[in-house]
Amino acid sequence: MSEPATNLGERYIAVQESEEFADLRRTFRGFVFPVTAFFLSWYFLYVLLSIFAPGFMGTKVVGNITIGLIFGLLQFVSTFAITFLYARWANRSFDPKADAVGAMMDGRDDHDFADSGDWAPGDVDRALEAERLDDADRRRNP
Amino acid sequence: MSSLAPMAETIGNPTLNISIFAIFVLFTLTIVIKVAGGKKTAGQMYTGGASFSGKQNGIAIAGDYLSAASFLGIAGAIALQGYDGFLYSIGFLVAWLVALLLVAELMRNTGRFTMADVLSYRLRQRPVRVAAATSVLAVSFFYLLAQMAGAGGLVSLLLGVSGAAAQNIVIAIVGAVMIAYVMIGGMKGTTWVQIIKAILLIAATAIMTVWVLAKFGLNLSSLMQSAVDTNPAAGEKLLEPGLKYGKNTTTKIDFISLSLALVLGTAGLPHVLQRFYTVPTSKQARKSVEWAIWLIGGFYLLTLVIGYGAGALVGPEKIANAPGKANSAAPQLAFELGGSPLLGIVSGIAFATILAVVAGLTITTSATVAHDLYNQVIKRGKASPEQEVKVARYAALVGGIIAILGGMLAKDQNIAFLVALAFAVAASANLPTILYSLFWKRFNTRGALWSMYGGLISAIGLIIFSPVVSGKPVDPLTGKSPSMLQNVDFHLFPLDNPGLVSIPLGFLLGYIGTVTSKEFNRAKYAEMEVRSLTGHGVAEAIEH
Repeated sequence: MSEPATNLGERYIAVQESEEFADLRRTFRGFVFPVTAFFLSWYFLYVLLSIFAPGFMGTKVVGNITIGLIFGLLQFVSTFAITFLYARWANRSFDPKADAVGAMMDGRDDHDFADSGDWAPGDVDRALEAERLDDADRRRNP
Repeated sequence: MSSLAPMAETIGNPTLNISIFAIFVLFTLTIVIKVAGGKKTAGQMYTGGASFSGKQNGIAIAGDYLSAASFLGIAGAIALQGYDGFLYSIGFLVAWLVALLLVAELMRNTGRFTMADVLSYRLRQRPVRVAAATSVLAVSFFYLLAQMAGAGGLVSLLLGVSGAAAQNIVIAIVGAVMIAYVMIGGMKGTTWVQIIKAILLIAATAIMTVWVLAKFGLNLSSLMQSAVDTNPAAGEKLLEPGLKYGKNTTTKIDFISLSLALVLGTAGLPHVLQRFYTVPTSKQARKSVEWAIWLIGGFYLLTLVIGYGAGALVGPEKIANAPGKANSAAPQLAFELGGSPLLGIVSGIAFATILAVVAGLTITTSATVAHDLYNQVIKRGKASPEQEVKVARYAALVGGIIAILGGMLAKDQNIAFLVALAFAVAASANLPTILYSLFWKRFNTRGALWSMYGGLISAIGLIIFSPVVSGKPVDPLTGKSPSMLQNVDFHLFPLDNPGLVSIPLGFLLGYIGTVTSKEFNRAKYAEMEVRSLTGHGVAEAIEH
């Protein structure tokens, strides 16, 4: 059982070092890090204004609706908007890339079979199933 | 309507309140028994076999997260402190973006049952699991205390039992029902209870919101005007920030500390993380959080109206003088609007809320004890599934009993505030390690241990020596100090919330610990990172 597990381990390293994976990581971090920086700054701007500029935040705009209330409601709007944009980005741009890299993990056998030309239908499935079991086994006895 | 309520010890009809609650319990217990079905594997016990859809899980997350603190605590805080109560809800909501962007999907891809699964993935198993389990148990205990405190206050309000014995009996009954949910239904049963509760809670709150607004010609501004008029002591201050936290420099810094804990705490709450394991894939985990954000955000918008509505229609004195104090604002508003029947419904839902949240917490603690401590640490991963499930059941029983005892001790604390402490501990002890583990190549065991123990000890230590526990001046209105302990003063730390110190400290210690250790597991790092981003191998984690 240790033999395929080692292969699997080597494959993880190979995939991690691949150009495609580096690109996937860049794509992911390129989206989530700036957005996180944005919403945290935006939230703390709101917090600091609330605490150090209560007069400004208490300025009435319409009736009893204050600037502070509008600012607070804008936090809701920005949270909803980021949720919507992230989900759309992840579904459209990130998932296809992640699936492709995931297929590299499973698919190296795939390519080997394809290259050697002598693979039979079901080989890939069997390899995957074996890998799944190995993996489950290894996790049970780390 | 308001003539109905000369401020007696109890409002509404206790028999009706109890009946509605009993109907909810019977209804949900039937469902729990129906979905439970036969013997359970560890996976079914902790994650319902990872078989929920993203949408179902999202509703359940809302049910789990919209705890008594959100419903009762925030509504009460807005009623009494106006704008400052609203600030709580914004922190609680924005925090979900941390979970959505940085944590949920990657956790789903690399873990199986518990938070420690992810944290120990590429580090040394046993020490990291012990540290993670310690922190999970500590955070869950604070959270549990908050929920049970809510139960205590609610009981006194609805049944008019100010006698400690009667109150304790009711808390014990709530605890017993919760233990039954967990032991019979496992995560599947608990999830359905949370889903049902979320729908009832949001529906009832929406109805009350429309009702309140209708009384003011659907005009938020005139509702707020009425809240201002009803509360001459606070007056216009209700409309701007600062009533609670703007008093002096200490309270201002305390507020920054609280905000930091709120926004960074959610993604480190063990029972929230546990919910990500109940779906099969990271895409479903993403969908869960999307749903959760829509529902939770919508709900907090409603609590703004409920809070000002309680301030306007019930009035600050009645709220502050009722048993359960601020936590009684929402139930009292229900009575003001719809008399005994609506009060009965709302309090039934509030009880259900406490029940569902406490059940979720109990599952998390039992999974931690059975999976991390018993199986992985004590038995070195060699325990049979039957043994592990058995330990999980006992752990749920013990956890439930601790919840009951904690509830008996923690009455009359403002629950939104107690929950904020749980958030501070989660953000200090858990979040740094989670983020380092997922995003920092160099991260290692020493970094994890320093960060978790350092964050945990500093957060809890600062709470113990804070004014929360001792030393607040006596409130002339009640003749008691708002601190937990009366007549002693050993506070050394000026702030109520430790987050401002303990969260950066957790991150810093994680960094220092890491750079002073050379440990690095190349293979496990590759495996974890590839899995976290691609979801490779995640199907294997699902129980068949």
